[in-house]
Amino acid sequence: MSPRRLFHAVRPGDDLLIRGAHVLDPRTDLDEPHDILIRNGRIAELSPPSQPGGLPASDQVDIIDAAGKHVFPGFVDPHVHLRTPGQEYKEDLDTGTASAAAGGYCALVAMPNTSPTVDTAAVLGSLVERAQREARVPVGFLASITRGLAGEELTEMAELRDLGAIGFTDDGKPVVSAGMLRKALQYQRLCGGIIALHEEDPALSADGVMHEGAVSARLGLAGIPSVSESTMIARDSALALYEDARVHFQHLSAIESVQALKAAKESGARVSGEASPHHLTLTDDVVRTLDSRFKMNPPLRAESDRRALVEGLRSGIIECVATDHAPHAVHEKEVPFEQAPMGTTGLETAFAALYTELVLPGELELGIVIERMTAGAGLYDLPTPRIAIGEQANLCLVDLDTTWEVGGDGYVSRSSNSCFHGRTLHGRVMLTLAAGAVVYRRPMLVREEHARSGAGAGRSEAE
Amino acid sequence: MSTTRMPRHLISIDDLDRSGIEQVLDRAESFAEVSGREIKKVPALRGRTIVNLFYEASTRTSSSFELAAKRLSADVVNIRSAGSSVDKGESLKDTVQTLSAYDPAAIVIRSPHAGAAQLVAGWTDAAVVNAGDGKHEHPTQALLDVFTLRRRFGSLDRLNIWIVGDVSHSRVARSDILAFTRMGADVTVCGPPTLLPRQIEALGCSATPTLERIEEADVIYVLRMQHERMHQSFIPSLREYAGRYQINEKRLRPHQLVMHPGPVNRGVELSAATIDSDQALIGEQVKAGVAVRMAVLYELLVGSPILAAVA
Repeated sequence: MSPRRLFHAVRPGDDLLIRGAHVLDPRTDLDEPHDILIRNGRIAELSPPSQPGGLPASDQVDIIDAAGKHVFPGFVDPHVHLRTPGQEYKEDLDTGTASAAAGGYCALVAMPNTSPTVDTAAVLGSLVERAQREARVPVGFLASITRGLAGEELTEMAELRDLGAIGFTDDGKPVVSAGMLRKALQYQRLCGGIIALHEEDPALSADGVMHEGAVSARLGLAGIPSVSESTMIARDSALALYEDARVHFQHLSAIESVQALKAAKESGARVSGEASPHHLTLTDDVVRTLDSRFKMNPPLRAESDRRALVEGLRSGIIECVATDHAPHAVHEKEVPFEQAPMGTTGLETAFAALYTELVLPGELELGIVIERMTAGAGLYDLPTPRIAIGEQANLCLVDLDTTWEVGGDGYVSRSSNSCFHGRTLHGRVMLTLAAGAVVYRRPMLVREEHARSGAGAGRSEAE
Repeated sequence: MSTTRMPRHLISIDDLDRSGIEQVLDRAESFAEVSGREIKKVPALRGRTIVNLFYEASTRTSSSFELAAKRLSADVVNIRSAGSSVDKGESLKDTVQTLSAYDPAAIVIRSPHAGAAQLVAGWTDAAVVNAGDGKHEHPTQALLDVFTLRRRFGSLDRLNIWIVGDVSHSRVARSDILAFTRMGADVTVCGPPTLLPRQIEALGCSATPTLERIEEADVIYVLRMQHERMHQSFIPSLREYAGRYQINEKRLRPHQLVMHPGPVNRGVELSAATIDSDQALIGEQVKAGVAVRMAVLYELLVGSPILAAVA
């Protein structure tokens, strides 16, 4: 029997009737208004609202009048930094999963570059234990490929897999040595588990702090050339093909990287890729402000790169969206750009950013965004959330018509370093169910319902 | 004298349009006159405090800012990172907030990091003057360079200026490209390809890796070649650099003028004979520094059309 890979504080399944929402699930071909009855955390009934009332209300369930709103399968983020253990002042399992729930996520994959690194059974074991107490949303863990992310010795990958590691990554750093990576790819044949790679040739990125281009030339900031990423993708794709290994490329940022990934797939390599909402919607032009919220690794690149990522996501060369949620404390970011740590938070804004910047202007269809925001599960051999009778309730209710100012009423995350801070976005998550339980309910939901539908809509949900 | 509305801070040359630059330079002309007097002082900033916060070694910039503030009768506080609380790990924000408690009229800041002056402007009520932030900008250097050229040529319009050397690591180059082009000059940057930033042309200049067409230049602005660049393998050797890029009597045409922000490496980017020739404006640049910085402080802090004490 294979070990469990996702961990959270298990709560009893909820009972809930979501009435009249437009249900969109590209995998089950749903794209129309439905009533969804959830009993004991499972989707018990799913039917078009045939009569005005739809599914009959019973006194035993909360009813949410969701007419005009959308229900999507819960999002899955294959790339977050929850900062536990060791950097709980930035984020922890509780605040990080709460932040995820507020963004509509029902499952997360956490990176191992914590302090200490998740590179031994002891660290992973205690993390799993804590997740079972604190995580509001199921979380899976990647262990590091090399001890201490030092790139020199393999971790005990087989033991870590037995304890529940989904896979392996040295994220935050590349595996610089091709020989070292090759050994990890070979060892994958014993222990399984996807190997996820942060691609960057440090000889090329050197002391760079932003994309190398016209903006870095203007600002006098050392640049990170796009080829520092794409050359490593090409190298490691060749290794993956040679060893027939399963490799996933994290946070692609450049047009050259999309091309390298496409070429690798055409060669038959078993490779996949992810892109972040910030790389899909922003360019290095915003760095002109020298605001450290825009400092991340890989860096925001040029408009041609952004477009290539969107096109790669649309065509499926890039399979999924990953936030690379990277919380940092205010005092760490409140320093000159070069001194600030890399990273932006992303869980609470991912859907709204993509909806506002890509779906509304017509760059991507809503259905594709939903598919790519859930596809990370399949890539990591985790169950993919589906809206179908009998499935565990992993879904979110989103009001596409709501506009909101990012950070306007604070953040659920412990950190506030959002690159979308202050922007007005369309689309707000109102309710999230993960593993059958309500994990997020927007506090204003009840009153907003009353305000919009007036008294005629009947009883709204009870608390 | 025209009166453009001055920005609150001087962080970047982009804070000034052409008429703003001209207004500062016109003001500097009147202060240059003060510097020629026996008592080189005007009461313009009497009773006001100016903080010079230098996180990086500097001789001419810090001394000329100090002198500029003193000639305007301001009270001056000089803080250098060595020996201060900065040395003890105090953050830039805490330092600035502490200094702001003295209610300074202006904070002049030099930092090894791009964007530092802009951050400081967000944390204090004082006017902030960028005295160099990383490799980003050094706007008062550019203003004194324009001042020096304007005195010599009357106008920078259609002047052909070459900036030669390590452009990548030079905040002076960036501010000068912006200021020179804004004043109507044509700017070409020239240096080893390893020290020319990719897409530097986006700043409005042209770029070339050789001195082949250097005779086109009316002015050759030579940048300091820092020795540590050699160890970082940007160039194979200072010897090869000097061979390809040194401005010397063999390369310099009689009609051409030479500038340098200092300090000069004699025998590297400039030959000794060139430094000491009358084609070099280096001494005039230094002299302009005090008058231009007086003008910047005055325009930011007082900014009325005519300074009675000077007139």
